[in-house]
Amino acid sequence: MSGLDLSISPGERVLLLGASGAGKSTLIHALAGVLGGEDEGEQQGQLLVAGRPAEQSRGRVGLVLQDPDSQVILAKVGDDVAFGCENLGVARDEIWRRVHESLTSVGLNLPLDHPTNQLSGGQKQRLALAGVLAMRPGLVLLDEPTANLDPDGVTEVRDAVGSILTDTLSTFIVIEHRVDVWLELVDRVIVLEPGGGVLADGTPREVLTRHGASLAASGVWVPGRTPAAPQRVPFESTQLVLASDLTIGRRGMPIQAHLDIALSSGRSLAVTGPNGAGKTTLGLTLAGLLPPVSGTLDASGLARGLPPAPIAWKSRDLVSRIGSVFQDPEHQFVTGSVREELAVGPRAAKVAPAEIARRVDEVSSRLRLDRLLAVNPFTLSGGEKRRLSVATALVSAPPLLVLDEPTFGQDARTWAELVQLLAELLNAGRSIVSITHDAAFVDAIADDELRITRQLVSA
Amino acid sequence: MSAQGARVVKKGTRGVPDTPVAQRARVAPILRINPVAKLATAVVVGVALLLSLDPVSAGAALACELVLCPWAGVDIRRFLVRGSPILIGALLAGLTIALYGKASGAVYLQFLFAHVTDGSLGLAGATVLRILAIGVPALVLFLTIDPTDLADGLAQTLRLPSRFVLGALAALRLASLFVDDWRSLELARRARGISDRGRLRRLASQAFALLVLSIRRGSKLATAMEARGFGGETKRTWARESRFGAPEILLILIGFAVASIAIVAAIAAGTWRFAGGF
Repeated sequence: MSGLDLSISPGERVLLLGASGAGKSTLIHALAGVLGGEDEGEQQGQLLVAGRPAEQSRGRVGLVLQDPDSQVILAKVGDDVAFGCENLGVARDEIWRRVHESLTSVGLNLPLDHPTNQLSGGQKQRLALAGVLAMRPGLVLLDEPTANLDPDGVTEVRDAVGSILTDTLSTFIVIEHRVDVWLELVDRVIVLEPGGGVLADGTPREVLTRHGASLAASGVWVPGRTPAAPQRVPFESTQLVLASDLTIGRRGMPIQAHLDIALSSGRSLAVTGPNGAGKTTLGLTLAGLLPPVSGTLDASGLARGLPPAPIAWKSRDLVSRIGSVFQDPEHQFVTGSVREELAVGPRAAKVAPAEIARRVDEVSSRLRLDRLLAVNPFTLSGGEKRRLSVATALVSAPPLLVLDEPTFGQDARTWAELVQLLAELLNAGRSIVSITHDAAFVDAIADDELRITRQLVSA
Repeated sequence: MSAQGARVVKKGTRGVPDTPVAQRARVAPILRINPVAKLATAVVVGVALLLSLDPVSAGAALACELVLCPWAGVDIRRFLVRGSPILIGALLAGLTIALYGKASGAVYLQFLFAHVTDGSLGLAGATVLRILAIGVPALVLFLTIDPTDLADGLAQTLRLPSRFVLGALAALRLASLFVDDWRSLELARRARGISDRGRLRRLASQAFALLVLSIRRGSKLATAMEARGFGGETKRTWARESRFGAPEILLILIGFAVASIAIVAAIAAGTWRFAGGF
């Protein structure tokens, strides 16, 4: 990004928008003074925080990042909040006073020695916020703080920010592509132009009325501009998988029991429910990756000559029968380029090289990855990684797809593309299981919904 | 009252609602001792027992340690589970020496290179005792060390650089995510169609993927730490005081006492051989 002129005054609450790649995160990191040295990029012009260069403002500016797991620093809640104060050289008595105060103001009423690894995503983000508040910053920066959270977590964090605004904190800048989450709390919206400069700057109402359409087109979730639901055509379906009295779990420890599920071609099942209820475990079991604890999982409709239980299939047989898309795409990448990544599945299934090349071309252009074929998967953006992980499953043409949180943290554009693509697959007779928290996604493509609750089985 | 107990009580009086003061007060006193003192004690006992290879010093030390165990704050099941590698290792070492150790005296059994004799049995017994005598206190003391307390001790008592100590502490927390990552990587490889053949190659590529994930997570963590002022110019303060007082000195003195009893017993019994010399 370049050529940006911007001034933010004390007391302003700013929502920073822009298409992905417009430099929102870079600006926020620069303001926090953690952009890195000269070896990591070039810098021109001036960035002053309270009249001083931003690099000197570390600690006076608080930063909360997107990933809850990589922000927890210490093992106990109290120690984690105290960490920033220690670095600023605050006296011991004052540190514990602030720790107590900050935890209260973000609503984390937990013992100080509560283990941080037992916190939910929303609690971890509030912990990070408390750690930042304890440093008494003049400015707090929030870099997509709710993108990795389920709906309850989003509300928790937003409410925590809302409640500190009234007493301790006056100025903050938040990046978020879901506008509706922050609309009530901000009084200024700035839209960055890709490449540099400011596209729009004003009150939320002004900016959203004037630029709503173009913002929505660039991927921002603008309230009232939900992407249109795709067309579905009825399909005469046959049963592919039947689970009867299924108990699922890990390493023999049951999480859910007595599940009866039928999956059919051309139909889409959404699995919903709270975190920890076993949704991901169910997905992995249906996908033939985890053995059922008990009960039967009969995938005769997919087996084509193999035994009915998918856990008994070889990995190379599985890939052309059931496609899995994990919640974290990075867990699934096994090669150094997008092209290689797409070829892995078909090659394992012994598809002819010419046919592999054809499929790679087709799937990559369908998912807008054709310009990225030489790129390393780990360096892609969040939306591109998601598209690639879906593409790697599609390229083996499995009749059943199991998707874990396919729309998590995606901008409106990627979301709409995914939903459109999945609808086409359903129209063509594929079966889709999606584990999701996303109500709009369920509305858009689910034929059936399986809501599982936190009903732990007594062993 | 030791340092940390005092800290908890003080925090409690500041009105933190759920601080489990009562729970903390019940824990064994050894849990509140500065980990640096525990390290020192384990070193004292270990070094003393490495000076000679006789059965009496090791036996005497082990006897003292077992008498002290009830005060060590470790429940027996956890001790046996975590200590099983030491126990098994000690027995295997003993068996090897019994079969192949320096032969002398009456021969009980002979087979190819193996011969069980008076001399090899004695040596085997001494070795088992010695491994246990060094292993038991080390295990008991380490089982009761909290990593955060250790970091506080290393930085405040031993004055090691805080950047290094806290960096290592934060990295240690990330290590707990390794297991979950590894499991996901394994399942993902099955889902991608590549987990049937080349087990070694697959493990290597999976290990590499784990390394990549860890480095990325580590660099994010480093950013989060920097954003909280870590590594800045300001002189750091410590929220938790790592104190080195009477309980710590007492523990180290107990270590010296065990070491002395062992050495004196061996000298009195006439079995003391400095550095294993015969």
